[in-house]
Amino acid sequence: MLAIKQLECVRGERRLFANLSFEAAPHTLLEVRGPNGSGKTSLLRNLCGLLPPAAGTISWRGNDIHTDADDYRSHLTYLGHLSGVKDELTATENLRLSASSGGLPADADAIDAALHKLGIRDFRHLPCKALSQGQRRRVALARLCLSATRELWILDEPFTALDVAALAVIKELVESHLDRGGIVVLTTHQEVAIEARMTRRVDLGQ
Amino acid sequence: MNAPRLIDALLAVASRDLLTALRHRADLLTTLIFFAIVASLFPLGVGSETALLRLMGPGVVWVAALLASMLALARLFAGDYADGTLEQLALSPHPLTMLVLAKIAAHWLASGLPLVIIAPLLGLQFDLNADAQLVLLASLLLGTPTLSLIGAVGAALTLGVRGGGALLSLLVLPLYVPVLIFGAGAVEATASGLGATAHLSLLGALLLVALVFAPWATAVSVRIAVE
Repeated sequence: MLAIKQLECVRGERRLFANLSFEAAPHTLLEVRGPNGSGKTSLLRNLCGLLPPAAGTISWRGNDIHTDADDYRSHLTYLGHLSGVKDELTATENLRLSASSGGLPADADAIDAALHKLGIRDFRHLPCKALSQGQRRRVALARLCLSATRELWILDEPFTALDVAALAVIKELVESHLDRGGIVVLTTHQEVAIEARMTRRVDLGQ
Repeated sequence: MNAPRLIDALLAVASRDLLTALRHRADLLTTLIFFAIVASLFPLGVGSETALLRLMGPGVVWVAALLASMLALARLFAGDYADGTLEQLALSPHPLTMLVLAKIAAHWLASGLPLVIIAPLLGLQFDLNADAQLVLLASLLLGTPTLSLIGAVGAALTLGVRGGGALLSLLVLPLYVPVLIFGAGAVEATASGLGATAHLSLLGALLLVALVFAPWATAVSVRIAVE
């Protein structure tokens, strides 16, 4: 489904990686590993189409992701280092507005259920600037609950700043997504045992 | 399940920006007070000769509106760029050109429209008559959206650039010149009895051209910024 061929990434003067090729079929968990600065985030941004690669191709269902980019983006959910959570808005407003501007379902029940699942429903009427770092991260991650129809999840360090309970919720969300035939690409420095029918590791920076 | 509709996405983008702006009222007031102060400095500086003030009035109000709208530009994308919202917009399956247009519309509603509304008050300082006031209002109503549209391109181009604020002014002010000429010209033309139709039509034309090209250019710049 997702196929990467001879990918090369150059940031500034430095070549981060080259000749990177891999494929990911449905039900595949792709773990991107590597030390800081080895290009994990750049690879993920390559995969979302935010950062055009220096060389090589990325294709989704046989088509290059840049040829019909709007269509590709309708199969994709990306969570990066930046949360996209607005300080001034409440958790509900943040989730509802970011979901519907991103083309995700945003009906009130689904939003409420997502916030409940991530354990922030009690704080849903507070402006997000009153929330802690971890709680804001949870607001951002709640979008995953609405992303069931997106086949490809690309998650950059989804487990940072989370406590044990939230980590378990995210792990469960990722596992159920893999189970229904999704593909998950993620980077993490933590050892989180995610069960998947197929796990592939991509090691950068050797 | 319903397919995601573009109109919902546009409303979401606009209402997010409007809500954020409403909860940050200090920013909005800054723009308005800046507008009022700049326009009021001129009568204080050049003296109270009525004929002179009447002559300069339209131009001064227009220049003040232009500077005030530029002051607000930096806020259009900077916050979204810093917190990752812009990145998510760039990843939306909806066309970025339209999403950006919704942002510009919200920005105009929050920072351009209030300028238009208080402009007649400032016009009073320059002893503009009722006809001139009406034309001033019409020219600002047609002109300030154009300023927001042109400014959006500059704001997106200077994202992530150090000292972007000063660069933004250098980039955008020359492009504002036609809007200023026809905007202030419309009021002067009425005052001298020529009628403002020609100037207002040209302002309308500028708005249409900006409406077609600016969102597209802004979307391209945003994509470069979020690389």
